[in-house]
Amino acid sequence: MPIEYTKISGGTLYDPANGIDGQVRDLWIADGKIVEAPTDPTVRPNRTIDASGLVVMPGGIDMHCHIAGPKVNVARKMRPEDKRKGEQIHRTNITHSGTMGSVPSTFATGYKYIGMGYTTAFDAAIPPLGARHAHEEFEDTPCIDKGFYVLMGNNHYVMQSLQRNEPARLKAFIGWLLASTKGFGAKLVNPGGVEVWKSHQAGNVDDLHQKVDHFGITPLQIIQGVAQAVDELQLPHSVHIHCNNLGMPGNWTTTLETMKALEGHRGHITHAQFHSYGGGDADENTFNSKVAPLADYVNSHPNLTIDVGQVLFGETTSMTGDGPLGYYLSKVYGGKWFSGDTEMESGCGITPIKYKNKSLVHALQWAIGLEWYLLVEDPWRVVMSTDHPNGGSFLAYPQIIRLLMDRTYRQDILKECHPLVRERSQLADLNREYTLNEIAIITRAGPARILNLKNKGHLGVGADADVTIYTPHENKETMFELPRTVIKSGRILVDQGEIREVLTGKTMHVTPDYDQEMEQGIQDWFEKYYSIRWRNYPVDLSYVHQSEVVPMARF
Amino acid sequence: MSAQATAAVADPKADESLKVIQDATCTFCGCVCDDIDLTVKDNHIVEAKRACVLGKAWFLNHKTEDRPSCLVDGQPAPLEAGYDRAAQILVNGKYPIIYGLSDSPCEAQRVAVSIADWVNGTIDTTTSVCHGPSGMAFQGVGEVTCSLGEVINRGDMIIFWGSNPAESHPRHFTKYSLMPKGMFLPNGRKDRTCVLVDVRKTKSAKAADIFVQIKPRADFEGLWTLRALAKGVDLDPVIVKRDTGVELSLWQDLMARMKACKFGVIFFGMGLTMTRGKHANSEALLALTRDMNAFTRFVAKPNRGHGNVTGADNVVSWRTGYPFGVNHSRGYPRFNPGEYTTSDTLANGEADSGMTIACDPMANFSEPARRHLASIPYIALDTKETPTTRAAAVAFTVATYGIHTGGTVYRMDDVPIPLRPSCESPNPSDFEVLSQIERRVKKLVGITS
Ligand code: SF4
Ligand SMILES: [Zn+2]
Repeated sequence: MPIEYTKISGGTLYDPANGIDGQVRDLWIADGKIVEAPTDPTVRPNRTIDASGLVVMPGGIDMHCHIAGPKVNVARKMRPEDKRKGEQIHRTNITHSGTMGSVPSTFATGYKYIGMGYTTAFDAAIPPLGARHAHEEFEDTPCIDKGFYVLMGNNHYVMQSLQRNEPARLKAFIGWLLASTKGFGAKLVNPGGVEVWKSHQAGNVDDLHQKVDHFGITPLQIIQGVAQAVDELQLPHSVHIHCNNLGMPGNWTTTLETMKALEGHRGHITHAQFHSYGGGDADENTFNSKVAPLADYVNSHPNLTIDVGQVLFGETTSMTGDGPLGYYLSKVYGGKWFSGDTEMESGCGITPIKYKNKSLVHALQWAIGLEWYLLVEDPWRVVMSTDHPNGGSFLAYPQIIRLLMDRTYRQDILKECHPLVRERSQLADLNREYTLNEIAIITRAGPARILNLKNKGHLGVGADADVTIYTPHENKETMFELPRTVIKSGRILVDQGEIREVLTGKTMHVTPDYDQEMEQGIQDWFEKYYSIRWRNYPVDLSYVHQSEVVPMARF
Repeated sequence: MSAQATAAVADPKADESLKVIQDATCTFCGCVCDDIDLTVKDNHIVEAKRACVLGKAWFLNHKTEDRPSCLVDGQPAPLEAGYDRAAQILVNGKYPIIYGLSDSPCEAQRVAVSIADWVNGTIDTTTSVCHGPSGMAFQGVGEVTCSLGEVINRGDMIIFWGSNPAESHPRHFTKYSLMPKGMFLPNGRKDRTCVLVDVRKTKSAKAADIFVQIKPRADFEGLWTLRALAKGVDLDPVIVKRDTGVELSLWQDLMARMKACKFGVIFFGMGLTMTRGKHANSEALLALTRDMNAFTRFVAKPNRGHGNVTGADNVVSWRTGYPFGVNHSRGYPRFNPGEYTTSDTLANGEADSGMTIACDPMANFSEPARRHLASIPYIALDTKETPTTRAAAVAFTVATYGIHTGGTVYRMDDVPIPLRPSCESPNPSDFEVLSQIERRVKKLVGITS
């Protein structure tokens, strides 16, 4: 069979991983990959996409969102009112129907990501016991490649290994856990704090040095222990950390300490916006931005990366593996509240919230997010995210792009906000504007590098043919919200804003090398405390449609 | 689609003709016990170790009925003919309804939701007739809950309200809620206080330390009495006794214990959700649980019945955004319990065609609903003959999930568990039947993906 070629001709490429910043280049695609142009000049492509005058980028990568699994689905069940108000997704002769609201149904999630030019997304918080559920939802989330991070910051085995000072055991356990869940990375959510929540009224840890009862270890030990194990296992992604004290005034010191604790290891601080607050004692009057000192620290420490967790004004649903945070937010907002504790592993909190530009706290949160983008000097180490749906929907990315590329627009929105924001943050003084190349970094090339996905986030030979083609426009929100063409695995899924074809998408996971001898000990512990059987816990490959094992990192 | 989990074969020492399946899952009740060791001889289960009486009956008495896999208008027909006719019925209806799902694995449930989507139909599960009210209460106030392992390891005060697990969930006490020795409850039963609240002294009362017998249909008043006591409101003992049938002092004692425990759990059942007040009852209970978290840790959990009704809620939710009673007539999902729920679409005479999956509305729906169902063409999938399969235009005899076929079920605490089939069936699985129907439906409707 002759090779089937697709050629994207004459487009203006932004491929920062390969040092291409707005040059006109042809792209050749075969078998779902980017390939060399055929040497034989008589070879004609089977299909040519004329991209002259258009902008060509790799497909977008969302490295931190909540789109599948137990807590996302509870949020769907809990909020019919949110969906009734939202856009309705009609069935077509190739696509399923669905609902939107702040927590879209599975099919709708896939269609909306691909429609926006995003081709890969990672769910950031799956309890191991719910891994099977997450994989089932992934299969019903079409068009994009997916993966998830596994919650382990309050896992009893992790804490017990640290208590007994057995790093080898911890390392084996993390390897086993990722292999058993078919997960991609290690996630810490309020390390230690969720365990305290399970055993005390309004329980939580206040700082990195508070002992977690029963285990007698500290959040600091969990952070350092897991960071080390993740590096030793050579997982593609570093430890992914939702710091302690999310949302609390004055929490920036906890965040800074967490960053310092990562010295000597790779580490990713997620939704940094929610962790960069000055002030104290839950006092709104003292609430202010502390991005500057934190960004300084990040700028001088190349082992660290962050994603922002931008807040947008409007209604959404807060959902978190941070049980005590859910309790706190439900008291602040007074709405319905879900809390679900998962045995041995994790917690979960869900509550509806609304961010208002006239609220000082909310407007500051918005400004603080933008400060993070503008104050981290190296775009390769800051990633666009809204912590969907916590800060807002992933569908807000085009708006964030405009906010970053157009300082006049940014200042106009700032003028609408609570007036004290100008005093409590330095956003008004930040004149930096992102270039298209930098946008390509923080939305695709950067997250691919941070996740060590060699086939993604670039357009060099061998890359997955995930390509988004945009029509340039002065208004960058307009440009990015409706790409002209979206190609996934070499197939044209979206053209002129319409879905033309669907596919299931791959599931990316890891198979770390770990000490199998340790498994017996894990089994003994498991059988003592879990409510399901050891043999029914691991998720076998039959649940992983189009499995793609991502190789270990070399660093 | 996920391949179905394969049967595990063990115990090589034993009789060659015996096959042992370890850690098989029982789907008979919401406990979804996944620790059953099955011994199989000549394609029959001869032993079901660790199963309760209900579970044993489920596994051991299980027979494959000598019945055609497919009947069209009551006459045996080739499967292909049944699939064709089924697709026609669903596509030609103006208001097709699909109902049941609580005794199917998630893999089959997913296909059923797809079919509803392709034919602009209504999909509903048995949740609408059992724990639907708790689902709606949940949408009102939320829920503070946990997985069953948390109950094992931490639950030092266990309250059953309108629930009789001794009969409905026989291993509930021993496996999850009362007897187990947990991480923080090393003495098991001795470390727990058990309270039963019900209108009559059920078999579960024997297991309880405290039995609170409330007046029939006074659940709402009882729950509000506790909410008031939690908040420190003074109550009139005469009124409390009159409204709840229980002395105020007993409620006060109960509240004092609830505040003093470390991790309280309220399991509630259909005695609460299906009596007067329905979702107001569930809402009061969920709100009480939430209130209690101002004093200590407290969680609530519906004791759900059918094997995979929880899976049905999850599947319908992730695919449509709503848990049950979902209508697609406008080409997108709409949710309105009381309108799109099956007992209503039938009783109101709206449905003009349908499909029932592992449920028996002809035996347990209201007279008007049954009469209407009998008057419209519908497809019935079941493992056995029932009043519903008898009146169906197309009836499929399907293999039994968890015995003949694999797949995934969700325990009542939303924990997904794989099935391990042990025997073979001459009949197709519901997943197979639904997939075949879906293929034909897509062709007829013009779905090209
Ligand atoms: S308690 Fe329920 S699930 Fe467990 S064995 Fe008995 S019937 Fe089966
Ligand atoms: Zn998150």
